[in-house]
Amino acid sequence: MSRTVFIGCGAGFSGDRFDAAGPVVSQLANCEGPRYLIFEVLAERTLAMAQQLRRNNPEQGYSPYLDRYLAPLLGTLQQNQVRIVTNLGSANPRAAARRIHQLTREQGVPPLRIAIVEGDDLRGVLNDTEIRGLPTMEGNEIGNGPLLAANVYLGAQPINDALDTGADIVLVGRTVDSALVLGPLLHEFGWTATDLDKLAAGTICGHLLECGAQVSGAYFADPGFKDVPDLANVGFPIAEVDESGGMVITKPPATGGIISTATVTEQLLYELHDPAAYLVPDVTADITQLRLHADGPNRIGVSGGRGHAPPRQLKATVCVENGWLGEAEMSYAGPNALARAELAGAVVQERLQLHGLDESLRVDVIGAASVLRGGKEACADRPLPFDADCRVRVCLTSQTREPAQRVVDELQALYCSGPAAGGGFRGQVSEQLATVSVLLDRELIEPQVRVEVVEP
Amino acid sequence: MSASFRKFPLHAIAHGRAGDKGNHSNISVIAYEARAWPILQSQVTEARVLECFRPLGATRVTRYELPHLHALNFVIENTLDGGVNQSRNLDRHGKTLAFRLLGRVLVELDPEHLPQGSPYRDPAFSWKNPLES
Repeated sequence: MSRTVFIGCGAGFSGDRFDAAGPVVSQLANCEGPRYLIFEVLAERTLAMAQQLRRNNPEQGYSPYLDRYLAPLLGTLQQNQVRIVTNLGSANPRAAARRIHQLTREQGVPPLRIAIVEGDDLRGVLNDTEIRGLPTMEGNEIGNGPLLAANVYLGAQPINDALDTGADIVLVGRTVDSALVLGPLLHEFGWTATDLDKLAAGTICGHLLECGAQVSGAYFADPGFKDVPDLANVGFPIAEVDESGGMVITKPPATGGIISTATVTEQLLYELHDPAAYLVPDVTADITQLRLHADGPNRIGVSGGRGHAPPRQLKATVCVENGWLGEAEMSYAGPNALARAELAGAVVQERLQLHGLDESLRVDVIGAASVLRGGKEACADRPLPFDADCRVRVCLTSQTREPAQRVVDELQALYCSGPAAGGGFRGQVSEQLATVSVLLDRELIEPQVRVEVVEP
Repeated sequence: MSASFRKFPLHAIAHGRAGDKGNHSNISVIAYEARAWPILQSQVTEARVLECFRPLGATRVTRYELPHLHALNFVIENTLDGGVNQSRNLDRHGKTLAFRLLGRVLVELDPEHLPQGSPYRDPAFSWKNPLES
């Protein structure tokens, strides 16, 4: 009989529900076969901010949410035979391992075996000038601000190697999200670099799980059109994968949400460009012939993914300081609200113009035209009620702090010096980080990647 | 088209999700029912999607077909005001853009071909064509 591996997801971004993993672990504990739980928490900028924390304190730089996600699970991991694979290690997997050892001591539970993957830091092999010379992609260029971080997306092989050490928990830094799933599958099934269709299947499985409940009914509800039961208690996904790469996506019983061909298709195409070439370090996955089939309530089977040779180059994220952003809002409501909100924006614009600071100003009227329309695109195509409820928003980016602060100050001043009845001012100035994707030859980074068990 | 055909927003027959990579957005368009798939194929073209996003700065649109999934995937270049790191849009990822596409691209179809149970089938359900003020 073919063996099945069970992989659940406990978080799809840094800040996802802290209690979502509970029902997933309870369900995994009932499964007959190897069991894994992944947490994906490392967006592009998250890692750069973590690196700054690490520079200030060598025991920091892992996810600030590590305790909240893992502390409730540590006591029952070994009993439930669930192994965790996660990028909660962020910029400092070693310190994260030490923190978990500390947590198990504090909780009085047996020590866990923890393996880390290091070597994603591009600054270990290139200097900043060389990094700035790498070819960029995705329509962005590296700005002139100081370089904060440069990390390469590693693949699934180091995770496989880390699991080979017998680790209960594998902590990685920058790694392609889908590898959190493909790594355990390599380890369990012994798939090799030539099993391209299987590597693609594992990658597709990872892609479906990596955003947590986005495959199981979250980020999907459009009431009356796409309804989702009990969204407040949405269940996070579990994949059942067999040796051939066949898989079923499901979720724990007695949880909310829904798994259907519609929810799976939305997540399948999320953040995907050419469906014939989804590039990760291990394989080029092709989903053009992929098929979904219902396999019972809240169970969708996925088959037909194809794999091609992996790309010769790897992707890295370079993060630089990128000036300041100032944004501020004020509400106007009742008769002629839109005209008063628009006048507020015009006054701020004129005040900034006086100082030559209006070049990057954007004015939105929330409730009339904001996220779906550029500031200059007329909202006249959607007449508002005369007594609308509008909120003017002004926003500006600048290389120095002063203009960003200025836009906030100018909107605040409208409390006493603007159109009638502006209320509910909020404003903030924040430092900006820019991330840019670059390509590099894999031979450059792969020799420095290493796996190590961190002893209690 | 035959006299019984009427215009509806794409939202009436399809759903989708937007994702971002740098300054580029990708938006899936997925038929609720298989019979809407030919409508997506023939009417939701690269040119019409580019027209929808050009006011936001889009320079190029590439359409990919996934016939087994009754889905299209659009890659819309340079439509995110610089992307998540530098955009001055409240929605820096362009997460909301899927609904711009679903609302502003209109398709012509026989109302009998609307999805079963769709609110658009109800004569009392009103929606305003955003392109006709």
